[in-house]
Amino acid sequence: MSDLEYVLQQLINALSIGSLYALVAVGLSIIFSLLRLTNFAHGDMMMVGAFATLFAQLAGLGFLPAVGVGILVSALAGVIIERVAYRPVRGAPDVTMLLTSVALTYILENLGILLFSSSPRNFPLPDWMNHLYSFADGRITFNNINLLTLGVTLLALLFLNWFVRRTQVGLGMRAAAEDLTAAHLVGLDVNRVIVVAFVLASAFAGVAGVLWAAQAGVVEPQMGFTPLLKAFVAAIIGGFGSIPGAIVGGFVLGALEVLIQSLPGDWGLSPYRDALVFALLIAFLLFRPGGILGVRQEVKL
Amino acid sequence: MKYARLVVALALIGLLAGLGPHVLPEYWVRVLIVLGINIILVSSLGLSNGFTGVFSLGHPGFVALGAYVSGILTLELTKKGAYLPDLPGFLAGVQLPFLPATLIAGVFCALVAVVIGIPLMRLSGNYVSVATLGFLVIVNVVLVNAEQFTRGSRTFTGIPPYTDLGWVAGWAVVTLLVLSRVAYSPLGRAMRATRDDPIAAQAVGIHILPARLMAFALGAFFAGVGGALYGHYLVSFSPATFYVAMLVQQLTMLVLGGQASLTGAVVGVSAITLLSEVLRNLERGFSLGSLQVPAVFGASQIALGFIFILVMVYRPQGLLGDRELPLVTGGRVAKGAGPVYKDTVGGGRT
Amino acid sequence: MKALELQGLEVAYGAVRALKGVSLEVYPGEVVTLLGANGAGKSTTLRAISGLVRPRAGSISFMGEPLTRLSPVQIVRRGIAHCPEGRRVFAGLSVHENLLLGASGRRDRGIGEDIQRMFGLFPILLERRNQAAGTLSGGEQQMLALARALMSRPKLLLLDEPSLGLAPLVVRSIFGTLKALKAAGTTILLVEQNVNLALELADRAYVLRTGQVALEGQAKELQGDERVARAYLGGAA
Repeated sequence: MSDLEYVLQQLINALSIGSLYALVAVGLSIIFSLLRLTNFAHGDMMMVGAFATLFAQLAGLGFLPAVGVGILVSALAGVIIERVAYRPVRGAPDVTMLLTSVALTYILENLGILLFSSSPRNFPLPDWMNHLYSFADGRITFNNINLLTLGVTLLALLFLNWFVRRTQVGLGMRAAAEDLTAAHLVGLDVNRVIVVAFVLASAFAGVAGVLWAAQAGVVEPQMGFTPLLKAFVAAIIGGFGSIPGAIVGGFVLGALEVLIQSLPGDWGLSPYRDALVFALLIAFLLFRPGGILGVRQEVKL
Repeated sequence: MKYARLVVALALIGLLAGLGPHVLPEYWVRVLIVLGINIILVSSLGLSNGFTGVFSLGHPGFVALGAYVSGILTLELTKKGAYLPDLPGFLAGVQLPFLPATLIAGVFCALVAVVIGIPLMRLSGNYVSVATLGFLVIVNVVLVNAEQFTRGSRTFTGIPPYTDLGWVAGWAVVTLLVLSRVAYSPLGRAMRATRDDPIAAQAVGIHILPARLMAFALGAFFAGVGGALYGHYLVSFSPATFYVAMLVQQLTMLVLGGQASLTGAVVGVSAITLLSEVLRNLERGFSLGSLQVPAVFGASQIALGFIFILVMVYRPQGLLGDRELPLVTGGRVAKGAGPVYKDTVGGGRT
Repeated sequence: MKALELQGLEVAYGAVRALKGVSLEVYPGEVVTLLGANGAGKSTTLRAISGLVRPRAGSISFMGEPLTRLSPVQIVRRGIAHCPEGRRVFAGLSVHENLLLGASGRRDRGIGEDIQRMFGLFPILLERRNQAAGTLSGGEQQMLALARALMSRPKLLLLDEPSLGLAPLVVRSIFGTLKALKAAGTTILLVEQNVNLALELADRAYVLRTGQVALEGQAKELQGDERVARAYLGGAA
């Protein structure tokens, strides 16, 4: 295998995984920028979206309509957790909000286990999703899932960019993220802005959940936890609370993970990938707390 | 009254260790053992999270290290050869009694805490939480991969069942005595000052880093000891034993009782332990008159999660806030600090 | 009819009682100033009026309608605009976007026109319309904060320390604008450290001390009244 082809193949892998991280991290950053809430339950919106898609298919819907249902259900779940759990603790110290989200993720994952059992379930996909493209005598391969992951992520991020820059509610989101008190004072309906933010973030997580399940081939109640942790890392190395930061962070993290696993000669690092990723997170917090994009943050004492 | 605490403590140990196993049914002995271990784990978590305001999510990482270290040190040599054939020489030939193994486990955790704490204790608020969560993940990954020491993700088994009510009661009392001694000393006051207002604390000459590091390391020491006790109670475990579920359980106990109160830690642990036992029995299914309630496994975790959220919403300071029994503080502390208030609409910093 | 009426207003932050029964009133078209030392409760009074903090006791009514149960958004929609201490412009957003946000509570079609009106009132803002608000000078930010508050077409304007941290020349220009607003009939409740400027502009004044009204009267009469100075120093009024 020639070097160029190897690099191209790894690039495809990196873009594919990186876009998933970006998609999840963006939602985390939106919520954090508004509420200073480190939302652990965000990963569970992936689980909700994937399971809803699964059951919509089992109920007889075609794949794409089922995905639509899945995204809607995850958005709705986001609205519900905001209303039921986060609004009552809004404005409380950061730790109180963080703990609330930890409790919420515990409830949601155990609810998932209760309803669907903890064992993974097959995630049915239409044949076209697995259609394989092969180049250079099979040395570069990717399938429609990879293409779709990248394409859908780009579309979602373009939509988000348009929404945040060009709509009334988007303007409100930016204002509330800058200064929540001032946003109240100018008469902005902050509750509405926050609900819309949860709809967007959770819908994005739902999309990511479906794509994640498609790549893994299975869904399970705890499927959101690992991507959530990775998305935290992505969001923080990009600059926590910044949308562009989350996107950059997502792709950088994807590239880094692929790099760790594809280093020539295998440095024996692959099994320690997740440990390295978190070591990187800690290094960023200590040495470049504003992330790659240098977002202004009060990270240290 | 000078020795009141010691007398109470000794009486408690004596009563539990001497009498407990003979008069109590085995089920209750087991409940009490788990309760005692959790008192050690949760009160030590409270020292950093509650008293010092370093909200760590990495505690189960230390518990895991404690359990594995003590497990490796006490494993019978023959079993060691069978289960951990690739252990390096200096460990392969070692078989320690319980107490030294437990102490080494605690010291090991405290050292790890110092090493990671020197950088991490500089972080504030949410960031120290996320970073310590990173530590938990790193410990988990390392335990899964360090197969020659831990058998990887497979069950680590064959550990001698040393833990009994006497050991647990003894260590729980030692933990509470040491922690109350520290928490209500000048050092403890420095810890609370760094929590309430880091800038003001620095202004009056308190060095934040040593105070936080001390709390973190001491908490880790007892987490390691508690982990060792837990390991010798379970007899077999895997890295998954010490992960998010354990973290959530410890946090629930801590916040229910009141984060900055040792009495609160004991109350929180007792309440949640009893509740878990009740719920665990309920979820097996029961009949109410003619109504048959079927078994719903997992419902008890969900109920715990809801309790957690209700506490956060309605009583974020926990049942006790920062109040203590006078026995704990030894009369060395004035009434608690003022409550944390929140703006009506949130996010206010005017 | 009174535009604004506070009766026995009490506000506490945890155990700290910031207001201990403040009563005051503002009539339509009037400029009333609220004076007092740091920590006397001036900003807290404004924060309570605009719904940022909930009073523990007492009542606030605006045009005869009680406000204490309303959210900040609802209060803005009733016609009260709060120009906060420290200006609090949205630093990363453009001048134009800041002005748009000032009209958040409005549903009508006149917003574009009003923005032009603000540019007429503060020409420098037109020059800077696409610049991020954070890059403006302190005085320009204060003008933007004022313009943003006016964008809601308020019936009552709450102003918190508009002169804070500004050069004397800039302060004079800001107060010139306030005078023009007064002449146009705007009702204003002004919190200000600069006693002389405030009393010059205002019709009436209240002096707060440790959460209570220590002194009230016509602005003209309080000018040069030594009791005002004494209230600042914490002595007996």
